Amino acid sequence: MKKKAIVCRCEDISLEDVEKAIDEGYTDIEELRKKLRIGMGPCQGRVCIQLVMKILEKKTGKEVGKINLPSSRPPIIPVCLGSIASDKNEK
Amino acid sequence: MDGLKGDSIASALHAQGIKTLTKSLRYDLPRGFFCGIGKCSSCLMRVNGIPNIRTCIAPLLEGVKVEIQDKLPDIPDAKFQSKPKKIVSVDILVVGAGPAGLSAAIEAAKQGTKVLIADENLQIGGQLIKQTHKFFGSKYEKAGTRGIQIAVDLEKELKELEKSGNIDLMLNSTVIGCYEGKKGKHKFAIIKRKNYDSILYEVESRTVVIATGAMENMLLFTGNDLPGVYGAGAVQTLMNVFGVKPGNKVIMVGAGNVGLIVSYQLLQAGIIVDRVVEAAPIIGGYHVHAAKLRRYGVPILTSHSIIEAYGKDKVEGVVIVKLDKNWQPIKGSKEKVACDTVCLAVGLTPSTRLLYQFGVNMEFVPEAGGFVALHDDSMQTTVKGVFVAGDSSGIEEASTAMVEGKIAGVSASLLLGFNKNAKDLKKQYKKELDRLRAGPFGEKPRIAKRKIDKLLEKKNA
Repeated sequence: MKKKAIVCRCEDISLEDVEKAIDEGYTDIEELRKKLRIGMGPCQGRVCIQLVMKILEKKTGKEVGKINLPSSRPPIIPVCLGSIASDKNEK
Repeated sequence: MDGLKGDSIASALHAQGIKTLTKSLRYDLPRGFFCGIGKCSSCLMRVNGIPNIRTCIAPLLEGVKVEIQDKLPDIPDAKFQSKPKKIVSVDILVVGAGPAGLSAAIEAAKQGTKVLIADENLQIGGQLIKQTHKFFGSKYEKAGTRGIQIAVDLEKELKELEKSGNIDLMLNSTVIGCYEGKKGKHKFAIIKRKNYDSILYEVESRTVVIATGAMENMLLFTGNDLPGVYGAGAVQTLMNVFGVKPGNKVIMVGAGNVGLIVSYQLLQAGIIVDRVVEAAPIIGGYHVHAAKLRRYGVPILTSHSIIEAYGKDKVEGVVIVKLDKNWQPIKGSKEKVACDTVCLAVGLTPSTRLLYQFGVNMEFVPEAGGFVALHDDSMQTTVKGVFVAGDSSGIEEASTAMVEGKIAGVSASLLLGFNKNAKDLKKQYKKELDRLRAGPFGEKPRIAKRKIDKLLEKKNA
């Protein structure tokens, strides 16, 4: 397989994938996230979001500062469901 | 597998020459870690049957079973279900036990507040624990002292206060989310890991200091996901914390202070640094660091960049290219260089995920390294009781991070009505901060903080 420049390591999304999606009209991070799952893997966008912003700026001319950050929700790291699903408390 | 006491699973694997820790989801490509400090999630493995463990910050314990996760992991069995959560209430929660967080916690505890400090690493000190070089700056703030020694000093101070009962330290613990608490308080979910297992803590606090540091920037080039492509900080962690050689021949990308200092440390460890490439037309770091490399005969090539890393399952070499004044590759300038490690020192981005969850105002400030929370000179954000300090408030140095932490610590205490000469201390710390930023290398943070002030003014107007 031909080597790629990887933007999102978690979901295996390449530079080509992101550029193609932008050409198709997905021109902000929330849209790209829904289309490609960038930033939705275990690292929650720590590696890819700053790269996606630069690609968006280059392709659309929109300044990085004007691009909205994607939302951040708990949990920000992978956790076992069992440890957050309990209804029992302990002081 | 053998390892040493204090090893992480990933460092022990590296010591055995195993760089591939996982396979990628779609293309089944080999991957190794990039950041080495629990952020990039390229090191997830199944440990004692538990999937998705970040092996770079998981301790190596006797008899542990570590497996590569091929594609999606199996569904774990019933033993993971329903563990009771613990409930804790404190005055101040400090997130992150690096230079900023430690300083904030110590300062707040001295004011008499009850402090909980949480950090997801195995040791306290944040990035100080790998900074074997002596600090620059003023004599007031630890100049001439090595980062690792500063971490030891701060730990000592923290342990003293721990005895007095004012500070609780939670290591190997990650704040996974922020929620609205009752009566203006803040609520947090913290996952504490023990023997790869985890327990949930529900923490209520009246104020919080976010000192979560930063994440190393990735660069886009073909093959940038090959094992052997590391952040400069990850290389420093492997070498200086765990005593493991990251490779035998390194190409350093970036000639800022991080790139220059790490290159020199690689040479000290007996590793070949083939060259340093820097896309900008000038060297960004201190010339004293650059001169050390040049004395060793290491070329520092400005207006050069990396466009490809090649190799089958790991880095076997790179393609370097010369850039014109518009930062575009010059035709015919491609050069292939054999190496086994690519080290990226191309800047940091503040870690702001928790701040986002509070709904604080964030703006893009390039000189601060990306989006940062607007904050006043008390380090308070636009949400009352939420403070920031250190790299998460704008990329800077450990020395300024410590002073920012102190300011956040006393300010958070003052807000809660604790005042042991706090106002004078705050004034004194602000002066220290100005002094540290006074030199030519304080220019960037000066611009960043001025922009943040202006944006905050505009927001409040």
